[in-house]
Amino acid sequence: MTEEIKVPTMAEFLSQGKAPEVLFWVGCAGSFDDRAKKITKAFVKLLHKAGVEFAVLGTEESCTGDPAKRAGNEFLFQMQAAMNIQVLNGYEIKKIVTACPHCFNTLKNEYPDLGGNYEVIHHTQFLKSLLEEGRMTVEGGKFKGKRITFHDPCYLGRANGVFEAPRELLQKLEVELVEMRKCKKAGLCCGAGGAQMFKEPEPGNKDVNILRTEQALETQPDMIAAGCPFCNTMMTDGVKNKNKENDIEVLDVAEMIAQAQDL
Amino acid sequence: MAILSQILFVLALIFAIYFFIRNVKKLVRNIKLGKTINRRDQPSKRFKNMAMVALGQSKMVKRPIAGILHIVVYLGFVIINIEMIEIVIDGIFGTHRVLSFMGGFYDFLIGSFEILALLVLVGVIVFWIRRNVIRLKRFWANEMTSWPKNDANNILYFEMILMVLFLTMNAADYQLQLVGADHYANEAGIIGAFPVSQFLLPLIDGLSISSLIFIERTAWWLHILGVLFFLNYLYYSKHLHILLAFPNTYFAKLQPQGEFNNLEAVKNEVALMMDPNADPFAVPADDASAESAAIPDKFGASDVQDLNWVQLLNSYTCTECGRCTAECPANQTGKKLSPRKIMMDTRDRLEEVGKNIDKNGKFENDNKQLLNDYITKEELWACTTCNACVEACPIGIDPLSIIMDMRRYLVMEESAAPNELNIAMGNIENNGAPWPYNQMDRMNWSQEK
Ligand code: SF4
Ligand code: SF4
Repeated sequence: MTEEIKVPTMAEFLSQGKAPEVLFWVGCAGSFDDRAKKITKAFVKLLHKAGVEFAVLGTEESCTGDPAKRAGNEFLFQMQAAMNIQVLNGYEIKKIVTACPHCFNTLKNEYPDLGGNYEVIHHTQFLKSLLEEGRMTVEGGKFKGKRITFHDPCYLGRANGVFEAPRELLQKLEVELVEMRKCKKAGLCCGAGGAQMFKEPEPGNKDVNILRTEQALETQPDMIAAGCPFCNTMMTDGVKNKNKENDIEVLDVAEMIAQAQDL
Repeated sequence: MAILSQILFVLALIFAIYFFIRNVKKLVRNIKLGKTINRRDQPSKRFKNMAMVALGQSKMVKRPIAGILHIVVYLGFVIINIEMIEIVIDGIFGTHRVLSFMGGFYDFLIGSFEILALLVLVGVIVFWIRRNVIRLKRFWANEMTSWPKNDANNILYFEMILMVLFLTMNAADYQLQLVGADHYANEAGIIGAFPVSQFLLPLIDGLSISSLIFIERTAWWLHILGVLFFLNYLYYSKHLHILLAFPNTYFAKLQPQGEFNNLEAVKNEVALMMDPNADPFAVPADDASAESAAIPDKFGASDVQDLNWVQLLNSYTCTECGRCTAECPANQTGKKLSPRKIMMDTRDRLEEVGKNIDKNGKFENDNKQLLNDYITKEELWACTTCNACVEACPIGIDPLSIIMDMRRYLVMEESAAPNELNIAMGNIENNGAPWPYNQMDRMNWSQEK
């Protein structure tokens, strides 16, 4: 279970004169945040199991610039974008998968205009396609019959219209999928977007993640599913705030699929 | 006497149209104070959007009660206005129900107008109750100061009065036809159908012909003068949306909501920095590319002139319904930010700038701007850029784009980001991540158990 999986880099692929099927864009959270690293590893295990030839940029990857852009620092964003595009284009990258909706949105929508044109997909979309191609099977395992609600990440759902891929995967886990009062296009933000993750909230009467957690708890879930490392942190904190961390786990869809197979 | 009323009518009409055109010109001039942005691509997609959202009210029905009532009032309002054609012709030429030659179809039209008038009346009364008796929270938020509240109610009173006048006019007319009054009665029998106003007949039963004519004429005049007044009230009101919803949805952003524009001016700067061969001190050649590379006087927006014209059009279109604010995570958790207020402030400041231009011929510095004097930093920094407001707006307004442009100004012109953000941005610049980790450690996760 803890066996180490070799994670090849683009540099290694290039030195062998090969090209991977897809580049896995890990993102800052996925690389450095302790909670998010677990998601990264779960996704890597799934890729490995499905026999996907993937690579990462490793130390050549840098922040997409998303938080800088949403904070209003267009200079820093475009500098980051220019550096990343130079690297990506240097490796002639065609297809990118990422487990972070913020990286996903930025790479997919904001890089083309700056010279970076790639097919960019979210990890839930990629996993769904592996399933459809028969390269991966999903079974319920310990999640079978569990009551689960999915929190739509703003930058995956409303911002890019991806609502079904994560839900279809959850359904394949044979869970009882329950929707929050505010979901899909009308989903409520977890409170992390727009660079809020990196600053204190303005004065108010509640934190956004608490409100969202309350909406999730209304559905009386056994677990909360997320599709974004930042949402994951926010919801985990929210659940802790309600003293429910021993009852309700917050897991990424990829983690659930991996755990269901005891990976 | 008849000729006098015809002359008065024509004068009122000219007067109303003159003022209306004047207001439209002012509106267009103010909107054009905004920066250029190309929103003329993909016309078929744009028409579709307009047909769905403005004409089809597809987003209104997301809140079903308000949505359906709104459709009734909107359809009623538009269809009853067909009757205006006849009223105007009658008014100018002194005729009476000039379109009645259409026979059965005319009866059908008048009959349906009456039913719609009744439905509109009911709808408007329910709207009034929601606002003033049930006091829906979003109609009583901070930014709903006295004028916005009065404005909303004024319109409701107005519509009530217009509908009552319309029905009164028809009732009196019907009674006049029944008693065979000159100019009203027709050999062919009753013209028009009066499924609703017939129930008003007992109220005017037994009145003399002259009293009936007086009632009919008074209602007719008040109705048409009311409509002409309404036309000119629009410019000062949130009700401008009945006209502007159409261009506003047509020119709305078509890209995915998550896609924010890349500032052109920054692109040029970054290209220079990334290109080792570029000579930053080179004298720009006098060709077009060099011109576009010129650094603008300002990054981002601190006042309305820094916004683009679609954002300014948005501000005039906003109907202050507060659906955006009701969905806003920051607002729901007690922060000062309200996307509706962003739109109302933008319009108020734009009006102020417009008046300044009216007075001085061109804009004279008034030591005020949209930032700080209207919209505070505290509001701007509370936004999570979640797009809930954009999604919620029933007429395609994008409050988030204004928030973003103002943040850009704060960060790039004033370096006025909250300190934690400056730290995060410093980290991105130095280590390629918003946290203080070394870029060389970026793959350590793969070794960790
Ligand atoms: S984008 Fe900003 S203003 Fe709009 S709803 Fe979200 S937090 Fe509120
Ligand atoms: S921006 Fe749209 S949703 Fe918000 S108050 Fe104005 S019209 Fe309503």
